[in-house]
Amino acid sequence: MKLQRNGRSKALAIGAMALVSSLSLAACGSDNNNDTKASGGSSGGSSAAAINCGKSGTLLASGSTAQGNAMDVWKTNFGAACSGSTINYGGGGSGTGVQQFNQGKVQFAGSDSALKPAEVEDSKKVCTGGQGIDLPMVGGLISLIYNIEGVDNLVLDGPTAAKIFDSQITKWNDPAIVALNPGAKLPDADIQAFHRSDDSGTTENLTKYFAKTSGGAWSYPAAKAWAGKGGQSAKESAGVSAQVKQVKNSISYAELSYAQTNNLKSAAINTGAAKPIEATAVNAANTFAKAKVAGTGSDLALTLDYATKDEGSYPLVLVTYEIVCDKGNKADTLDTVKAFLTYAASDAGQKAIGDTGYVPLPKELTDKVNAIIPTLA
Amino acid sequence: MTSSSPAAPRGRERRKRDSRVGDKIFMNAARGSGILLLVIMAAIAGFLTWRSGIALSKNEGNFLTTFEWTPDAPKPVFGIAVLAFGTIVSALIAMAIAVPVAIGIALFISHYAPRKIAQPFAYLVDLLAAVPSVVYGLWGALFLVPHLDGLTSWLNDYLGWTYIFDQSRAGTTPRNLFTVGILLAIMILPIITAVSREVFRQVPRMHEEAALALGATRWEMIRTAVLPFGRPGIISASMLGLGRALGETIAVAIVLSSNNVLSLHLLDPGGGTFAQNIALKFNEAQPFGRDALMASGLVLFVITLLVNGAARLIVARRKEYSGANA
Repeated sequence: MKLQRNGRSKALAIGAMALVSSLSLAACGSDNNNDTKASGGSSGGSSAAAINCGKSGTLLASGSTAQGNAMDVWKTNFGAACSGSTINYGGGGSGTGVQQFNQGKVQFAGSDSALKPAEVEDSKKVCTGGQGIDLPMVGGLISLIYNIEGVDNLVLDGPTAAKIFDSQITKWNDPAIVALNPGAKLPDADIQAFHRSDDSGTTENLTKYFAKTSGGAWSYPAAKAWAGKGGQSAKESAGVSAQVKQVKNSISYAELSYAQTNNLKSAAINTGAAKPIEATAVNAANTFAKAKVAGTGSDLALTLDYATKDEGSYPLVLVTYEIVCDKGNKADTLDTVKAFLTYAASDAGQKAIGDTGYVPLPKELTDKVNAIIPTLA
Repeated sequence: MTSSSPAAPRGRERRKRDSRVGDKIFMNAARGSGILLLVIMAAIAGFLTWRSGIALSKNEGNFLTTFEWTPDAPKPVFGIAVLAFGTIVSALIAMAIAVPVAIGIALFISHYAPRKIAQPFAYLVDLLAAVPSVVYGLWGALFLVPHLDGLTSWLNDYLGWTYIFDQSRAGTTPRNLFTVGILLAIMILPIITAVSREVFRQVPRMHEEAALALGATRWEMIRTAVLPFGRPGIISASMLGLGRALGETIAVAIVLSSNNVLSLHLLDPGGGTFAQNIALKFNEAQPFGRDALMASGLVLFVITLLVNGAARLIVARRKEYSGANA
């Protein structure tokens, strides 16, 4: 990445890069690491008994950084219970994960989005007699975090949020926001909207939601790269959270754990249900419970209903997948893969990541996943 | 000469042969290192060109004039206009601030400060170079940016008429190219200072004393003897600094509020640089997106080569006029 470095700074550059990459890996995930370790340790003992280790071995996996902290928790607990097995999950992003999976370098990949048709075709080369399938494993929730003095219960809806992030609404006392928040003391101040400067699955999910629910106010296709007009940007969820904390009259989006650890308020969303929906894990799980399976066969790619009007269903959610072969997994690691995924999809596994700011998937969904895992071959 | 003792010629011959072997080994090692450097440079250039070729052939936008960077979209469109502008502008701001200050520090250390202070002071400046750039980035985001609020509004109020210092929305947090320039200036200061200082120390004592003997004050002595002698060194030092400023990655990525708008309003958040864009986009990029990033890397590579080449030319021309040959 650094193309020219001179003299003494060359050694520094290498050191800095090492530091940077370790820092940014840590920062990419959904939670801060201290929390992860704490809960990993505490839940390790209780869940250890429930883990069926299978044949011991070393698993290589890589992909989505959004589920990096979930993986940390799982591999700590799994490793504690099954001393012979180690899981190496390299972050590096969903794109890298899928690429490495299709090159046969890793046994499974973590991805923010389901495999695309071309990627499924590619996977057939690695999965002899089968193909790559998506198993939903890690649920998340995107909070619209804000910092407005004197406003504690901000309510937004799809079109308004989309217009705020696209600079079509620029003042907090805009009639559209006032209409959603009767009685709130909204200041006559410029909205400081922050988005991610790096490409991110969080941005992709937010813009998918906008595309579905904004009634045309969001005119860009959903993508990992930010497309909206105006606003400011910051690097990674940690960066935008820090900006919202620092800057008055600001708003941004990040996964729930960042709202919690930074003590930031999250806007409730008016979906058309009787009451605005608060951004809580329970409300997100309700949305997951009603998600439809779009994949065929053993592929469990989900279609999330962003436009849901059900009571208590928070619409702005995301799910990340583990990608494995349905048939044609490597024989020597298959048993370990199954054991690890079984643990991850178990109640204990889901509860463990729920403590670190993820959304435990509801039983309706984990039952489907648990039905697939034993059939892997 | 050789017949004085029977043992001597053999001993001397052996020594001669040994030294010839040593000469050969050393010459080949040196030549090998030189060739290795060329091979590495060629490998980097070749790799970047090959990968960029893949990306450029499918780009639906104009690589040089497009503002967007969306190589992974169904219709891949990406261009370097914003990145090239941001890279060059932030580096220029950094140079404008850092070079005069660095020369000042170097002169202070080499000619003004008492020896007791000069040595520890020089170490202190060198220490600045040892701070990893991610630390500069965090410091910039958490300390420098909030503390530049005042300067930014002052520039906007009093120099807003210059257009470049006009803020479109007064009071926006200064996470802009100007702030990045200031941060880069601090980062390249130690390199420029260290090299200039060493060059100023090489000024022949005779030149300085001659100037003083002719009645020059200390400032006149520096102006007539030290600076002309040190000019090629200052230029080399500045180019080293410029190289770092052009390629700085993580500090820029942390501090700058990047977007794909090319704006001459330097105090508005926005813009981007090559290295920062690569750092931010690489993780989630698809294979094609990575090739596109390689293409932008190639442009940075070429810009750096051009800058270094230009600097060499200047240094080579200046050498004849400076006191270096005296």
